[in-house]
This record gives sequence, structure tokens and C-alpha cells, in this order.
Amino acid sequence: MKIERMAVEGMNGERKDIDRMNIERIRADFPILNLQVSGKPLVYLDNAASSQMPQPVIDRIVRYQRQEHANIHRAVHHLSELATKEFEAARIKVQHFLKAKESREIIFTRGTTEAINLVMHGYGRAFIGKGDEIILSALEHHSNIVPWQMLAQEKGAVLRVIPMNDAGELLIEEFEALFNSKTKFLALSHVSNALGTVNPVKAMIAFAHHHGVPVLIDGAQAAPHQPVDVQDLDCDFYAFSGHKLCGPTGIGVLYGKAQLLEKMQPYQGGGDMILSVTFEKTTYNVIPYKFEAGTPPIMAAIALGAAIDYLNGIGLSKIEAYEKELLDYATERVSALAGVRIIGTARKKAAVLSFEIKGVHPHDVGTILNEDGIAIRTGHHCAQPVMQRFKVPATARASFAFYNTKEEIDKLVDGIRKVQRMFI
Amino acid sequence: MSDMRQLYQEVILDHNRKPRNFGSILGANRHAEGHNPLCGDHIKLSMNVLDDKIETIAFEGEGCAICKASASMMTGAVKGQSVQDAEILVEEFRGMATGTLDLESEANHLGKLKVFAGVKDLPSRVKCAILPWHTLHAALYAESSVSTEGEADPVPGTLIGEE
Repeated sequence: MKIERMAVEGMNGERKDIDRMNIERIRADFPILNLQVSGKPLVYLDNAASSQMPQPVIDRIVRYQRQEHANIHRAVHHLSELATKEFEAARIKVQHFLKAKESREIIFTRGTTEAINLVMHGYGRAFIGKGDEIILSALEHHSNIVPWQMLAQEKGAVLRVIPMNDAGELLIEEFEALFNSKTKFLALSHVSNALGTVNPVKAMIAFAHHHGVPVLIDGAQAAPHQPVDVQDLDCDFYAFSGHKLCGPTGIGVLYGKAQLLEKMQPYQGGGDMILSVTFEKTTYNVIPYKFEAGTPPIMAAIALGAAIDYLNGIGLSKIEAYEKELLDYATERVSALAGVRIIGTARKKAAVLSFEIKGVHPHDVGTILNEDGIAIRTGHHCAQPVMQRFKVPATARASFAFYNTKEEIDKLVDGIRKVQRMFI
Repeated sequence: MSDMRQLYQEVILDHNRKPRNFGSILGANRHAEGHNPLCGDHIKLSMNVLDDKIETIAFEGEGCAICKASASMMTGAVKGQSVQDAEILVEEFRGMATGTLDLESEANHLGKLKVFAGVKDLPSRVKCAILPWHTLHAALYAESSVSTEGEADPVPGTLIGEE
């Protein structure tokens, strides 16, 4: 990681040359980026759906499976002790990554979706009742809508939605107007997966707290792309996924403030989440274990720890700055194309570029770009309300990671032109 | 993957640009609507079937090029055909798109419709091509609406769109 340090030092001036050298080194860490797709070098621009895994994380998985695997928190033998130690070390890495106060505030889940469902069951079902109101935003991914809808249905609670403007920015005055004495919860994305909008979550959390309302932040699209400090944000819950952060699938994280987690009910029952069990009564384990029933994805958690180490080696602030450069370049080039509309033009955006080509369905765009090895996402991005708001059935979405290059964006632009030529 | 290159052939692009039999038939005796909720493809089919023969057929709707071209070429292929022959085409088209019909070794009546053969290598696009045929089947059997999702799903497990 020596070269990355050089790039940090060079950030104030001639970033570009240094970044290029840096990027080549970084790309060499990702074996999958050498693939050929349709006979062309892979251009992977679907990072908001899932990111790729660098060799150090792959190596960590192999080392764990070859030398360290056993079940955790159970036996006294060497491997079990070792696996437990590594698993718990990963929890501490996550704690530091999110700047959480304590490691017991970090719960391993299957992903962001499970983390949100855990809060819905553990907090929502216990503390939200008939007539209570839950505030969501118009930008949410289905995973931060459907659980709350299920809860509302079960309890007779009501969902209130923060609207957005044509740029894809939440309307803060309308947000504030939604609060009343019945408001019991705010569930909000940090960054929109469909449009890339970065929401002003810190101010929104402060406003909600002023009304005594706890806040869950869906950080799936934020944690991999910018530094996150849950204590500074003061959010009550923060969720993200490992596989969007250069880690494996099947692992995610729920951060929760200890005092809230302690008063919540368990999400699932089973082994590891108990202190004692008789047929009359079960005493639950302390947090975080109360929420980790059954054997967890041990390998995936350890690999997530390795992914965090890898990202820290580059630096999240640097990743954020470089991805901003990519987004600005892509926005400039794509918006210069006649007949292409960018959907989502918020002032503050993460590296997500949703667009539509006039007269061409996004799925045709995706299939034709694939011919040139370019992987983008097409569809509704699990955010159908966002599609409805912009009156499109679907969009094409390019989403960037720190291992993407401007040359790849040029290929995307050439691909869009090719689509347009075909459909004239 | 070489088939993919062939999927967006001029004939498909042309039918997408200038769909044939586009519109609706006044006083039609058969109707059906088909939609793919995951990508927004939406087809409305109207037909006049007399003495077991498809006398007229028209479609309208929104969709991707594959869906629109498939609908356009389908209307051309089944117009004037008997219901039984149209049903045979529905089955053969489905077989081609899902890869269960081997065009090389098995006799079929697909003719020009073989331009859609490449779709079998693109599981996420199979439904786009099949939707009009699925809708035709529904219209012939007087079902009023079909969806590519749910029980009648011709290609389970190829949903587009979750992340």
C-alpha cells in the first residue's frame, strides 16, 4: 500500500498521474477484472449491486478454511478457540470501521436486508403500535420499505413518506412537517441505490431525535464509498452489507446503540443466543449474541474483516474523492450525449449514474452493452417507488468503484453511442 | 455467447422501429393482456377468431425491442393460421426460447422467427421474447390477463431485477 500513501500526499495538486499508477496497482488486486466477457475485457460497472473481491480477501477465506475453521463460542479445542478469536476480531474491525463506541453494538447479520428485518422485529414489534407512524423516504430500496409495511400491517401503524424533488433530493421541509406525536420511527437510506443521492442524514437524525424518534440508516450504498462515523451521525441503527464492500455475500452488519439493543427482543431463537434453557424458561444471552442465533457465517465475517482492512489500506476518504472524480467525469460525458437523460441529479451524489436512452428500453441497453463486456444494471433497482416517481419502468445504471477508470467510462459512452446507432 | 451478437439483428430492430399489426381491432372477439411486472413490458392483444381461424390480430403496448419485435413477428406469423397451428407455434417458440427445442435436429415451423434463437443464452431476456406468445395462448383460451410472474410463469427462476 506504499503507492496509495503517495497518492494521498499528492491529492492537492496533480492527482491524475499518481492516481493512474495507483489504480493499476489496485486493479491488479482484483483477479476478476482480468476476465474477458463476450471476447472483450470486462468493464464492471455494477458495483452498487455487488462489488468484486480483492486477492487479500480471497486469500483470507482460503486461509480460514484451510487452517482455522471450527464452530465458534462452543468447544474448548484449539480450532474453536482460534475461529472464535478471528470472528470476534472481525467484529472489532467493524466497530472501528463504523467508529462505534463498543464492539457489542455490532451484530453480524446475513446482509442489510436481514439487519433491517432484525430492527423491525426486535424494536418495531415491541415499541410500535396501532396508529403509530413510521417515516420512510421516497428513495428507499424495497428492503427498507417492505419490512416496515409488514409491521404497519401487523400493528395497524401508518407509513409516511418523505417526498423528493425532480433531482432526486429529499424535501427537507416536508420531512420536518411529517413529525407529530404519533411518529415512532425513521428509516432512511444514507445513499440511494437507484439514483446515488446522498441524503443529509446527520441533520435529519438530529431533527428526528429532537422529536424523540429513533433512526435506522440503511448504509448499504454508503459504507463502501465514504467514511462513516455512527457516533458523529448519532444514528440509533446503521446497516450495511459485506458483498458491496469487497467482502463475500451472506454477511452484513447491524450497528445499534447498546441501550436500544438491550431492550429489544431477540429476532430469532436458537443456539448461541441463550444463557440457559429449560422447558419453562430461556434466559437470553447478552448483546450482541442475543441477536446471533445459530452458527453464524464465520468465514464470511472474517473475510469482511479482511475487506475492511483492505479498504482502510487505501483509505475511505481517498476512495470517496476518487469515485467523485469518476462520477463527475461520467456525468459530464453522458450528459453531453443527445437523447440520453440522467435520472438523479442531486447536488450531493455517490458514484451511481442512472440514465435512460430515448426510445430504447433499458434491458436492450444492458444486453447490447454486455456484448462489449460492459456490465451495468438495468431494471427497477428494487426501488419501484423511485421508478414511479420518475415515470420510467426501469433505468440503466452504471455504478462505480475505486477500481474503475475513466477509460472504462469512455467505453460506456462508446457503448451508449452504439446502442443509439442501432436504434435509429 | 456468439448468439447474443445475432440477437439484435436488423430484422428485430426493424420490427421494433416499425411494428406490424400495431393497434387494436374494433369488435375483436378475443382479447388478452400480458405484462412483465419486473421490466414493465406490457402487451395488449386483440384478435378475431372465426371458424377456428385467426382472421385478424393486432397488438399494442410498451416494451423492450425483443418484446415488441417478438409481438410484431408473431402477429405476422399467426394471422390466417388455424388455432391449432398457432398453438403449435406457441409451443415451438417457447421451446426455442427456453432451449428445450433443438432447431438443428427437431422439425419445426418457426421459419423467420428463428432470429430469436439467441435469446435462450440470455435467461433474463427470455421472458421478453415469450410474453407476446404467452399472451396469445391466453387469448386463444379466453384468459383475460397473464403475467410472466406467478403460477403461469413459463421460465421460473429467471426473474430480472433483484439486487
